[in-house]
Amino acid sequence: MIAFLIKRLFHALLVMFVISVVSFAIQDNLGDPIQQMVGQSVPESERAELREELGLNDPFLVQYLRFAENALHFDFGYSYFYNEPTTDVIMRHLPATLELVFATTLLIILLSVPIGVYSAIRPRAWLSRLFMGVSIVGISIPVFLTAIVLIQIFAIGIHVSLFPADTAWGAWLNDLLSTSGGMPAYGRGDVTHVFGTWDTNFASLSRLTYLVLPAISLASIMLPLFIRLIRAEMMEVLQSEYIKFAKAKGISMRRIYFLHALKNTMLPVITVGGVQIGTLVAYTILTETVFQWPGVGLMFLDAIQRSDIPLIVTYLMVVGLIFVITNTLVDLIYGLVNPTVKLTGKPA
Amino acid sequence: MALLEVSNLDVRFALRQGEVKALRDVSFTLDRGERLGIVGESGAGKSVAAFTILNLIARPGYIAGGSIRFDDRELTTMKPRQLQQIRGNKISMIFQDPMMTLNPVLTIGEQMVECLKAHRRIRTRAAREIALNKLRQVHIPSPEKRLDQYPHELSGGMRQRIIIAIALLLDPDIIVADEPTTALDVTIQAEIMSLLLELCEKHNVALVLITHDLGVVSQVTQRTLVMYAGRVIEQGPTREIINDAQHPYTQGLINALPQMATPGSRLNQIPGAMPTLAKIPPGCAFHPRCSFAFNDDGSPRRDCREVIPGFVRSGNCDVACHMVRDLVENDSDARDPVEIQEAP
Repeated sequence: MIAFLIKRLFHALLVMFVISVVSFAIQDNLGDPIQQMVGQSVPESERAELREELGLNDPFLVQYLRFAENALHFDFGYSYFYNEPTTDVIMRHLPATLELVFATTLLIILLSVPIGVYSAIRPRAWLSRLFMGVSIVGISIPVFLTAIVLIQIFAIGIHVSLFPADTAWGAWLNDLLSTSGGMPAYGRGDVTHVFGTWDTNFASLSRLTYLVLPAISLASIMLPLFIRLIRAEMMEVLQSEYIKFAKAKGISMRRIYFLHALKNTMLPVITVGGVQIGTLVAYTILTETVFQWPGVGLMFLDAIQRSDIPLIVTYLMVVGLIFVITNTLVDLIYGLVNPTVKLTGKPA
Repeated sequence: MALLEVSNLDVRFALRQGEVKALRDVSFTLDRGERLGIVGESGAGKSVAAFTILNLIARPGYIAGGSIRFDDRELTTMKPRQLQQIRGNKISMIFQDPMMTLNPVLTIGEQMVECLKAHRRIRTRAAREIALNKLRQVHIPSPEKRLDQYPHELSGGMRQRIIIAIALLLDPDIIVADEPTTALDVTIQAEIMSLLLELCEKHNVALVLITHDLGVVSQVTQRTLVMYAGRVIEQGPTREIINDAQHPYTQGLINALPQMATPGSRLNQIPGAMPTLAKIPPGCAFHPRCSFAFNDDGSPRRDCREVIPGFVRSGNCDVACHMVRDLVENDSDARDPVEIQEAP
């Protein structure tokens, strides 16, 4: 276990080094930060002075080494826009994103497993076919469109007048399909302070409602993916000899489905899924923009518009770090769930 | 009253290309403690027959007709829950490939205990004790350790022993073994087979042994059923079938054994190949490969090509062959039933 962790730590450092080089290298192509900082009226001489002062004229390698040395002390410089340490800015925005990702992950796990398992056990049932159809639609529609549609239906509300309102059934159908809206779709609303920079939406039910629409739209692509993955894996597992043997032993179907088959199904799902949850953090950019969710995704987009290079670089580093951490955790969990994988190489 | 009575069993697979008849008109009986061998080439329907006994054929396969009576209860129409009570309890199975049969993510102990718990009200501790006892019976070294091991930690032969132990867990009346040694190393095959034989004899368990190995059949079983293209073509006492096969196909099978070949020359073989179940020839399914399907003048026999042969009694065997029927009906010295001694 320790050996495995040390090995993973080296991997992580290597990955972080590559990310730092790449993210730092893009800085020259992101426009002039001075322009953003001081505006139009400042004379060129002053700009040059400022540029020199910030070290923007040094060679790339010198700039990178300076950056790397500071990065080792968790000092990623000052945000040009906020004029405070970038780590502070990130820490202020990160909890919102993490809560959104957490809610989405919860949604995905709670829905994908039962739906995936059901549609694998009863592939011909109309409900399974419905799930499969809807999931294709979910995968095909981009997140921002899903988000906008969700806002229209559940936040603004729609009034349906498609059916003749003077007949009873028409009015009933119109009523049935119309929505009153009212779901919050802008920002986080009131939050409860936990500690440090951490404010939470999970403190009460009414505060939780702010999470609903963003979480659903963030899940709209990943959830169908997981349902299909679980279904496909499960169907394959159900064909295997050991399932047949379990039936021949007279084990109840419930135990066969939810112990024998599900445990084997989840092995590849954990591997793929863990990586995807890392991806979710990056995916939040779109969702956070549409819902004005004050997380790192929205912050990142703003930072790009403002050419706030230190903030952009810090964001990339933090997301990279989250990726590395989730991947390591996934490998650890996989090793615990799958008996054929030995993390330590301890003799069998 | 036989323990297991299979009569006129018809099993079909509803495929996209149409219905395929995997078993047609299969009948046999099995007495308590008796050992029956089912032999045939790949695709003859042996495994389907094995799985049908426990009604375990998966979709698109289904039982289209016939009956399976076990202990005077009809299995083909039994409710799934009742059938579940018989599977692994009264009739248990041993599968072909021990590397695939055990669930890779559950320990040996879990897989044994769950089987006991499915059929008896029993505490885990007591169940483990029974499991341990069975593991000792199949001669597994340090059985206590095995219970907490996962299948991948054990060799193929060891796993097949464990599967035999699982099959014996609830002291069943019948064990259906579907080519239990095919996937194993040759050196281990004999060990596993003699272990199975020993345990069946000791506990008076009836055995249905599916195999294509006539050598194994002759050593282990008392009666043999030869299958071809989904039908039984010959059945009778193993001794008689091995020593004096009547059906041309059975003769061909026995002739194809390596020990029957003249040293230095090529091994004997039956010309042609078994037809796929979708394209079974009319009449006797074996006639395209049969050297007896001709009249004296060399022209093809019509009945072989057009009429499905019924069983005729020859000695103690039932044979489905037109040629044998002619022999029995016309030949004055048709074989009389002979006393069969028990196989040693």
